[in-house]
Amino acid sequence: MPSSRPDRASDEGPSCAVSARRLNKTFIAGGRSIKAVDDLSVDIKPRAITGLVGPDGAGKTTFMRMILGLLAPDGGEITVFGRDVADDSGEVQANAGYMPQRFGLYEDLSVLENMELYGDLKGLSRDMRKARYEGLFKMSGLAPFTLRLAGRLSGGMKQKLGLICTLLSSPRLLVLDEPTVGVDPLSRRELWAIVDHMVEREEMTVILSTAYLDEAERCSDVILMHEGRLIRQAGPKDFTDMVAGQSFMVTAPSLGKRALRQRLSGVKGVIDSTIQADGVRLVVQKGMDPAASVPGVCPQASVSPVPARFEDAFVFLVRQKETPVSADSMTHDAGFDVPAASNAANGVIEVDIPAAGCQPEGTPALDDLHDVIVVKGLERWFGGFCAVKKVSFSVKKGEIFGLLGANGAGKSTTFRMLCGLLPPSGGHLEVAAEDLRNAPARARAKIGYMAQKFSLYVNLTVAQNLEFFAGAYNLKGIQKKERIDWALREFELEPYKDTTSNDLPLGYKQRLALAAALMHGPQILFLDEPTSGVDPIARREFWTRINVLAESGVTVLVTTHFMEEAEYCDRLVIMAQGEVLAMGVPDELKARYLPDVPHVTMEDVFISILEGRGA
Amino acid sequence: MRIDHARLFALIKKETLQIIRDPSSIAIAIGLPVVLLFIFGYGVSLDAKHVPVGVVADNPGAETADFVSGLRQSEYFEPIGFGSMAEAQEALMKGDVNSVIWMKSDFGRKIRGNGASIGVFVNGVDANTARLIEGYLTGVWGQWLKRRAVMSFGTDAGQGAVLESRIWFNPDVRSRNYLVPGLIAVIMTLTGALLTAMVVAREWERGTMEALMSTPVTIGEILAGKVIPYFVLGMGGMGLSVVMAVYLFNVPFHGSYIVLFIASSLYLLAALGMGLLISTFARSQFVAGQVAIIATYLPAFILSGFIFDIRSMPLPIRILTHVIPARYFVSILQTVFSAGDVYPVILSNTMALIVIASFFMGIVAIKSKKRLR
Amino acid sequence: MFGRVLALVIKEFLALLRDKQGRFVLIGPPVIQLIVFGYAATFDLKDVPYVVYDEDRSLASRELLARFSGSKAFEKVADVLDEGSIGPMIDNEKALLAIHIERNFERDLIQGRHAAVQVIIDGRNSNTAMLSLNYVNEIVERFNEDLSRRYGIRGAPARLDIRAWFNPNLESRWFIVPGIVGLLTLVVTLIVTALSIAREREAGTFDQLLVTPLSPFEILLGKIIPGMIIGLLEASFIIIVTVYWFGIPLRGSILALYLGLALFILSAIGVGLMISSFAVTQQQGLLGAFLFLVPAVTLSGFATPIANMPVIVQRLTLINPFRYFLVVAREVFLEGAGAGLLVNQYWPMAVIGAVSLSTAAWMFRRRMY
Repeated sequence: MPSSRPDRASDEGPSCAVSARRLNKTFIAGGRSIKAVDDLSVDIKPRAITGLVGPDGAGKTTFMRMILGLLAPDGGEITVFGRDVADDSGEVQANAGYMPQRFGLYEDLSVLENMELYGDLKGLSRDMRKARYEGLFKMSGLAPFTLRLAGRLSGGMKQKLGLICTLLSSPRLLVLDEPTVGVDPLSRRELWAIVDHMVEREEMTVILSTAYLDEAERCSDVILMHEGRLIRQAGPKDFTDMVAGQSFMVTAPSLGKRALRQRLSGVKGVIDSTIQADGVRLVVQKGMDPAASVPGVCPQASVSPVPARFEDAFVFLVRQKETPVSADSMTHDAGFDVPAASNAANGVIEVDIPAAGCQPEGTPALDDLHDVIVVKGLERWFGGFCAVKKVSFSVKKGEIFGLLGANGAGKSTTFRMLCGLLPPSGGHLEVAAEDLRNAPARARAKIGYMAQKFSLYVNLTVAQNLEFFAGAYNLKGIQKKERIDWALREFELEPYKDTTSNDLPLGYKQRLALAAALMHGPQILFLDEPTSGVDPIARREFWTRINVLAESGVTVLVTTHFMEEAEYCDRLVIMAQGEVLAMGVPDELKARYLPDVPHVTMEDVFISILEGRGA
Repeated sequence: MRIDHARLFALIKKETLQIIRDPSSIAIAIGLPVVLLFIFGYGVSLDAKHVPVGVVADNPGAETADFVSGLRQSEYFEPIGFGSMAEAQEALMKGDVNSVIWMKSDFGRKIRGNGASIGVFVNGVDANTARLIEGYLTGVWGQWLKRRAVMSFGTDAGQGAVLESRIWFNPDVRSRNYLVPGLIAVIMTLTGALLTAMVVAREWERGTMEALMSTPVTIGEILAGKVIPYFVLGMGGMGLSVVMAVYLFNVPFHGSYIVLFIASSLYLLAALGMGLLISTFARSQFVAGQVAIIATYLPAFILSGFIFDIRSMPLPIRILTHVIPARYFVSILQTVFSAGDVYPVILSNTMALIVIASFFMGIVAIKSKKRLR
Repeated sequence: MFGRVLALVIKEFLALLRDKQGRFVLIGPPVIQLIVFGYAATFDLKDVPYVVYDEDRSLASRELLARFSGSKAFEKVADVLDEGSIGPMIDNEKALLAIHIERNFERDLIQGRHAAVQVIIDGRNSNTAMLSLNYVNEIVERFNEDLSRRYGIRGAPARLDIRAWFNPNLESRWFIVPGIVGLLTLVVTLIVTALSIAREREAGTFDQLLVTPLSPFEILLGKIIPGMIIGLLEASFIIIVTVYWFGIPLRGSILALYLGLALFILSAIGVGLMISSFAVTQQQGLLGAFLFLVPAVTLSGFATPIANMPVIVQRLTLINPFRYFLVVAREVFLEGAGAGLLVNQYWPMAVIGAVSLSTAAWMFRRRMY
């Protein structure tokens, strides 16, 4: 098929690439109807990047699918470059590239075969192909892997391959649904470089949804959605200007960051508090002066204003939108109710550690000075491939210890060996003085585990899941009832008690998973990428709980590639290609690797370490 | 529906590579058929031979010995002597023998006069085998009497009506000759419906369908991109089965290959139609597999006349079999193999296949939309 | 330990029953198969279509033919007037058999000469052909007997007095339906267990289980007990339908039946868990179950007797638990057997169960990652 793309010059006409008018889409799930997109009217600028942000269930994916004509709206209309999608979806698709959240690569086809397939499907002419492939391979760094099966690529490489497949025919409109989820910072930068290049060189219009709010700052226009509705559309600068003067940095060297945050979050007028660098970042209500109220809770703290970030505006706007929880709160697919936001997210939360009776008998209390987790020369081979090379580190009681690394760095393998899910090929490891793989059941009762993706029983209700894990952890009678009640209360799961866990909003699933892992009051908590794909609000809430746990003496081992989360860690290791590249306290690492840069973030450090190594 | 050749070719190429690289596709398309062919070609048979029968002669003599040797000469029986009826009955209970022949003490005397009777006890649990044994035994008995008549009177006349039977198409009455051809229908159902339903469901599960749909590809191309490779694979399975049937299992083939080819193509299209129809609503491999087994595989096995003759079924089930495409194909297969190109049979069944195939394909074309749910 | 296993068992049931698919697997296929097998899987001939070419048109020929038209097994579709019309009728499957009575049949019969009745049978389905030939034979024999009694013609000097034990009317249904008890129990238990671990692996819940204090043995027990309960319930339901709906007599000891059932289910669970511990995805589990089921059912004696198979295949069936249970079911139902007679069926199932379960447990430990 000859390329049917009309001459670009001829339709400079429409001032917007995509225009949606009073768009509506309702889904029926489990007998309830959910308004995924609710009366949405937006215009999207051509030749620019428009970011689509919002909490889970805001309707971002539904909106994108409707732009491409993959879903028919219940009401309203969309035009793309002046063409009505409803009448002319074929033409729209011919001019668009779409990368769904899980891009459909054929895993048993090689990189090149995948490219060829999409090249053929998009009618890319043979003679144009060679140059185009070369350019894209070069840009993505996939050139050495053209013959490898797509299923054998790392997560980051898969995303890049997905992206270049959608870019093959130089579409006028590029629609990317959370392209950077589950991707490490390095691959994330590379993906962005490709997108920026496309906008600049090929004048593409890009629509991109993301859960990483720092990415929103790189867009020229941002659409913030919440429960299917448009909250605000503006440039990222307009968003940050809106909350200008409301962001502050509080430091109190004599007090721990976590303790400081806990105290600050209780202060009236504080909307948001996060741990960053060496202090706590606050977003406060307009007109409030933290310099005046902070000393009330923490006299030794110093307060200084900092420039607002997009994330501050996001939290501010979303919090404003949240309406009091009503009996039919289940009709909202984004399940944020006010108690959750006002308690957990602000850090006012009691995560009590169970009474001593809950511990299995005969377990000696862990010595404060003792290392709870010891890893020495740990190795793991898969056939001839060495996934983990001689890794050594140790974790002290009550520490939050981070395992950071790019996709395929070996952090998950290390993690699984620590939990006893995978036998090591060599080296020594000890968790609570035992090797969990061969340890008696008693030893496993000391740990809690939360997997990367939601891995509780999806067709059991919340209460049934808790009931099961209580049973599996040997809780009985009154004690069992107490712990289940505790979990329902603390994680605000009471209203969802009889909901099938598959129907829970993502943030609640994650709460339930954490509740199940804490059922038995473990001394050590293992978290594998716990916040991957979760929106910023739920992420905050989650870390608040983890902080409280750590303060009460629970040791936490966490893998993540969200570098801002690395700030929450007391100590961390950075891994690449199975090796530990750096280990230490976050501030130390910043000072060691980027001593001259002010307000340096963990992400900068991470990338400089990896790039310094030529990885 | 608009079809762009370059895109269609790309889809077919992709599907072919996937078939080659996915062991489970190979297992369903090649492995399972070969296993089934061996089981039905070598293993399974409805022809009872060398059936162990207990023989009890209360008063052994020349007549009883003569009858037992008559039994032994027939390929159907393996007579085993027992001293008493009690022993023989026990053996029957234990399943060591399938039936017991009891010649009472007056057998020798009465057989020379008139009105002797032989008691036969058959284990009726397996009714089909019991019937066959009954039939064989009646046959052996009749032969023996005739031989005696010839010996004593010089003629076999006066025995009343004499049955002269001829069995057409399958004179050796080998069950393999109809089981193996019928099996081809089952095998093609596996590739056409089960495998196709599952691979489409896999595309939904892995998100590749969403990516495909966002390209300019048309729904017609997606459907054709599935139908063509699996059609070729299914016809390959059919070819393999026919070769194995004829050369390995020596099943006679009397018809013409062109008729077989046309009928198989039509049936395969119907099966593909069912597979694609299942995949329009079953979007997980688990559900698609289960539905395909229940809605296509089991009926092809049980309700098609492949093992169980449709004529033996009760009326409501017989009516039900008319909506099962495999029944028409099994009928064609058994005819083409055993009887040859009997056009009235072939044409009426072919018509039915055309109707069913176009019905399923039509529904698929209407139901499939380039839309997500 | 009891509490932990109980929690697992409850979880397993909830996971199965709260899921629409799970419920469907437990209820849909068994009911459909019970109906289909119960009614469709029969070798008993009914209404066999036949044509008559009666050249004699005498009293005797009419009397013989009346016996055919009076029989439930046969149904006349046409009278033809020449031999040439018979061929097409059979070729086109209009008739399964043709009865040709030659001229002078009556005369030859009375004069004691060779009075032939020719029968032509469509042999495309050899089993149907053999069975209908036997029916024809029976009718002709009966005709001869009556004839000799009535006219005093010297008839056969002796006759066969055939009696079928256990199933006096030789109904296939009596043979097939008790087998279905085993078949459906096998299918359901296997599907439930073969997919269970693979499903947990895919969902990630298996890792979650492994990090709890549950031991591998307890996890295995947590899979075996629900399988056993589901299998027994399913089988009991089918047994009730067999007795009260299909009217099959249950003559032997129920205890002997349930002992066999329990051992059979145990071996089925063993095979299912073995498949499950090999399979990484549910698709592989389903495929594995299917690849086991097809030979296990065809080579069990369920529809075709093991005795008819080649010796080597007969040996192969010794590792098939279904073959032993089929004997138990049929002997208890129809032959009224007690546990004593069935020992030789019980122990092989116990051995198969023990071997497959230990293999599953061993694989399970090795594949814990």
